[in-house]
Amino acid sequence: MTSTTPVPTSTPTVRTPPLTEPSGWHEIRLTVNGEPVTAPVESRLLLSDFLRDRLGLTGTHVGCEHGVCGACTVLLDGEPVRSCLTLAVQCEGAELRTVESLAPDDAPLTDVQRAFHECHGMQCGFCTPGFLMTTTALTDRPERPGATEVADALSGHLCRCTGYRNIRRSVGRALDETYGECAK
Amino acid sequence: MKPTPFDYTAPRTLTDALALLADEERDAKVIAGGQSLIPMLNMRLARPGLLVDITRIPELGSSHVDAAGALHIGAAVRQHRAEADPAVRAGWPLLAAALAHIGHPQIRRRGTVCGSLAHHDPAAELPTAALALDASFVIAGPRGTRTVPAAEFFVATFQTAVDADEVLTEVVFPAAPGRGWAFEELARRHGDFATVGVAVVLDRAGDAVRSARIVCCGAGPVPVRLHSAEEALIGTSVAPEAVAAAVCAALAGLDPADDVHATATYRRESAAHLLARACTTAWERCS
Ligand SMILES: Cc1cc2nc3c(=O)[nH]c(=O)nc-3n(C[C@H](O)[C@H](O)[C@H](O)COP(=O)(O)OP(=O)(O)OC[C@H]3O[C@@H](n4cnc5c(N)ncnc54)[C@H](O)[C@@H]3O)c2cc1C
Ligand code: FES
Ligand code: FES
Repeated sequence: MTSTTPVPTSTPTVRTPPLTEPSGWHEIRLTVNGEPVTAPVESRLLLSDFLRDRLGLTGTHVGCEHGVCGACTVLLDGEPVRSCLTLAVQCEGAELRTVESLAPDDAPLTDVQRAFHECHGMQCGFCTPGFLMTTTALTDRPERPGATEVADALSGHLCRCTGYRNIRRSVGRALDETYGECAK
Repeated sequence: MKPTPFDYTAPRTLTDALALLADEERDAKVIAGGQSLIPMLNMRLARPGLLVDITRIPELGSSHVDAAGALHIGAAVRQHRAEADPAVRAGWPLLAAALAHIGHPQIRRRGTVCGSLAHHDPAAELPTAALALDASFVIAGPRGTRTVPAAEFFVATFQTAVDADEVLTEVVFPAAPGRGWAFEELARRHGDFATVGVAVVLDRAGDAVRSARIVCCGAGPVPVRLHSAEEALIGTSVAPEAVAAAVCAALAGLDPADDVHATATYRRESAAHLLARACTTAWERCS
């Protein structure tokens, strides 16, 4: 693949960094959406900027850059974390998943994405990649997480459009599809 | 909102980490979970020359209960792991409850227990829990290793007994000092730092309180232990009059400041309500 790919896909293409930065370069090796990636990064590069600017994976959104809004949430070794509060160099050897991995290229939507689509769990979509990654982690458990745990996980995301009701319905639908319906 | 340039290294031994921190020219700083430090870097409130990541040091990466029944939590142990640890939930439920108040699960997956203690935000939950549970802190540095009790560890806002060239290697919680416990806090939103918070640990002998530890956060630059409120509870069976007496005693010892988050009066009134509730809950739990 060339670095001219116009639309971000799940397969990362490493862009050459602008070599204007003064110090602290390290080569990191990690897996992004199942693909091995090797890239020189400056120590101060945030994981969110690495994903967006260097790999072209702009599905990960950046809202606040201090951990509050949740838009930048990605899965690091299967766990949802803030990519704006993680340095790329800290991810040596890690396995990362971004929203692009959910339905790469022309693959059908995942249950989580379909639930958000069908239950109108988004309006402008800015917060959506974060909600999708947290919800995907909730559906990757051996057992259905309890209602308190789900509410706690969703509290880590802000949405300025939906009023959250449809997001909660979407997440409920995704959990029902994954684990079977539960007594509410 | 981007950090100033710095270098980064992740040593594999504590000795290597300490050697890097000792080199004054490098202006090195410890990074653990980064959940307080990276926002400070992003806002350029911190401008270190070198970050020393201690989370890849195997000797700091575990927690265990020793032969004397004390819980040791190493510096690389994430908050989420401690919170989910069955040994913590069974033996130190107050700690598990305090951990659940920190931010959101996405934050706790990276943030460490020791990082929160070493950072020492005056509105943070863990320093208060650590003082209530009589924790001690193991600090390693170029001058050797020392153990500091919780009463001496928290020095001032964002300041602890850990010097710039030292590492807090573990926090040790002795076998729980009482069966009754409660952690109550008031925050603007779920996941915010506490406006005020109260931790209570009680033990009983027969029908009366035998020992009590009561600590308040958000009411000063360090967690405040409320000795007079403890004395007001000891020997009572936590009837409403005893709780009222403890609350009165507590208020005499609380002198919070006004700030953008809340006025001093609001903090005192909230602390009074939280304390009354926490005393009753803790007593019920040790019945
Ligand atoms: C959105 C959001 C909400 C939050 N809400 C809360 C909350 O409600 N309550 C709360 O208490 N916290 C909250 N936090 C802070 C969070 O808990 C941090 O995880 C914690 O304060 C610091 O732990 P850390 O491991 O991330 O430390 P880092 O950010 O890596 O380090 C913090 C500081 O401590 C020093 N340090 C870290 N570990 C050590 C060590 N072992 N020895 C010596 N020095 C060390 C570092 O040098 C740095 O100065 C929140 C953070 C965010 C982003
Ligand atoms: S951009 Fe990371 S939490 Fe807002
Ligand atoms: S859909 Fe617009 S911010 Fe959530």
